[in-house]
Amino acid sequence: MKPSDPIVDLEARSFGRRSLEALANDSLRGALDKVTTEFAKRREQALAQAPDWEIWREQARAIKAHTLASLDTYLAQFMERAEARGIHVHVAQDREEACALVWEIVQQAQASNVVKGKSMVTEEIGLNEYLLSQGLAPVETDLGEWIIQLAGEKPSHIIAPAIHRTREEVGHLFHTELGVPESHDVEELTAVARRFLRTRFAEAEVGVSGVNFLVAETGSFLILENEGNVRLCTSLPKVHIAVTGIEKVIPRLADLDVFLSLLPRSATGQAMTTYQTLFTGPKPDPDDEGPEAIHLVLLDNGRSNQLSTPLEREALACIRCGACLNVCPVYKQVGGHTYGSVYPGPIGAVITPALAGQDRAGNLPHASSLCGACRDVCPVKINLPELLLDLREKGEEAGLSERWGFAVWSRIASRPRLSSVLGRGLTRALGLAQSSGLFARCVGRLTATLFPPLKAWQRGRELPPMPARSFRQLWKAGLDAEEPPA
Amino acid sequence: MGTLAPQVGVATVELLRRAGCTVGFDPQQTCCGQPAFNAGHRREACRVARGVLDALGSGDELIVVPSGSCAAMLVRLPSLFEEGQDHERACSIAERTRELSQFLVRDLQVTSLGARWPGKVTWHDACHTLRELGVRSEPRQLLAEVSDLEQVEAVGCDTCCGFGGTFAVKHAEVSMAMAEWKIRHIEETGVTAVVSSDVSCLLQLGGRLRQMGSKVQALHLAEVLNTR
Repeated sequence: MKPSDPIVDLEARSFGRRSLEALANDSLRGALDKVTTEFAKRREQALAQAPDWEIWREQARAIKAHTLASLDTYLAQFMERAEARGIHVHVAQDREEACALVWEIVQQAQASNVVKGKSMVTEEIGLNEYLLSQGLAPVETDLGEWIIQLAGEKPSHIIAPAIHRTREEVGHLFHTELGVPESHDVEELTAVARRFLRTRFAEAEVGVSGVNFLVAETGSFLILENEGNVRLCTSLPKVHIAVTGIEKVIPRLADLDVFLSLLPRSATGQAMTTYQTLFTGPKPDPDDEGPEAIHLVLLDNGRSNQLSTPLEREALACIRCGACLNVCPVYKQVGGHTYGSVYPGPIGAVITPALAGQDRAGNLPHASSLCGACRDVCPVKINLPELLLDLREKGEEAGLSERWGFAVWSRIASRPRLSSVLGRGLTRALGLAQSSGLFARCVGRLTATLFPPLKAWQRGRELPPMPARSFRQLWKAGLDAEEPPA
Repeated sequence: MGTLAPQVGVATVELLRRAGCTVGFDPQQTCCGQPAFNAGHRREACRVARGVLDALGSGDELIVVPSGSCAAMLVRLPSLFEEGQDHERACSIAERTRELSQFLVRDLQVTSLGARWPGKVTWHDACHTLRELGVRSEPRQLLAEVSDLEQVEAVGCDTCCGFGGTFAVKHAEVSMAMAEWKIRHIEETGVTAVVSSDVSCLLQLGGRLRQMGSKVQALHLAEVLNTR
């Protein structure tokens, strides 16, 4: 069967509707503001200890640009060398293929228990839903992922999937779902997770994970984590399936140096994560520890469509640190679920149209004020505002009224005389509307009807008192004549 | 700006003259085209911006813009007009364009203009002024020299106010929530005014402040520097 489409829940114009729901949710907004501010603060502190930050960013950007320009070569090299290490490499064009591949491996392993480490790509392909539809219930073992799995939700942040949940809500969720006494103590809640998940690790035949970096030179791959759950997922079960995107490849093992310097600092403000695991193949000897078989599923799912131009290619350099979400003033107000994609925030607004199609996600690039805070923090210097602009230009999102509006506006604004006459007329009308009385109200209503954007503007913002004369008039009326003081 | 906030233009002209500059203004100039450009309508943006090329494309005077996002748009005009004479004129404009505080502090090397403004203010870093033009310290240096003015920093001084051109009307509620977040942190500082040099941010913040009945004013840098 076809997996459901979890990457997006993008009915037309859904960002707007969902944003209203998010804005009305005080608990969500409180949690978001607190956690994103804390992440951003920790990142700042980590950067203060890293004087070479800008040099690292340049290096990482250059490595990514080079690799993506020859992605086919590096992927071929990686696959050849990974196979030589005994890793089974599979390629999936889309999420259907990826899910089917994983299911086939699970069946071959005769597994009925599957544990998972945190992986955005398996969220993208909807692996959990797919496995459930086949009658197998996988268990998430990352604390945040486990919380949202229990709550029946999608992640709302790339590295902190349950960022939208307060500890009180988590305590209540554990109480109702697991029958444990309700607690709001973080240590106690973590202990509950530990107790429940340990047995799952022990009984699992298959462990599923994501990947942070594929190394072409050595045919090995690296995973970063803080909880140790990925180590358990990938060492206790006899089969390990790693699922990742084709863009994760880097040329050399030595290149990890710069990415390991950038990623944890950008994500959580850590100099390094608690665990860094480099996978070099299944155990060579039955008496060794570790899985008997390692499978790696490489997913395209629209990524190769982004390779055609250097600008679009930039988005594939993303190392999924989430820093752009933490500083995005839009994300900070409305949270990840509002975007309707498992990849939210500025980077999500750029990659979701590539993965899900412009027709379905074309409105996301407009869900930004183009402030550029994301570009400032991106560890690989992706020019996110420029990519958003590019998508706006290409998109068909602009409705007829907007296109007509700009067509008319541009014809007026390109004629200085006409635009100043009309501008004065408009300020005159708005000035009248600001006075009191029935006539003023009529003028106000008429002006707002004639200019729909004005109506939206005035929903919560009051215009300043309208000036009696424009700058052009004041200039002509004597401002032009004044000489500089002697 | 010429239509909605002419007092900013007047204050700019007056204080530039006080700083010893000869100021000209060509009434034939048009809008820079930014509203259309940022919404993804490049053709319409070019149609409008051509008026800027015609009016300001030749000559060697510096172009001083009392609005960071308009200045940033003029700086990126070469990417809109990629060929021939238009490109040359766009490049000439880009090279000669300065945001007001950038011009005063970097080009004129003036920080004190003899202004006096009694009260406590905080600076709002407009996104384009800060991130496209790299202007952070210049306006703060200018405000520091104003007599009787106390300058404080608000949490999130460099966070977007939520205007964002068409964003402010397309996603009006999100835009307002962003303004409210800023205003909450501005009000925490106990200032009487938030000062910026981008007219769009001031429309947004000022508009929300007025609606909320706040005592905090939204003022343009030129207005503060032109007070005596």
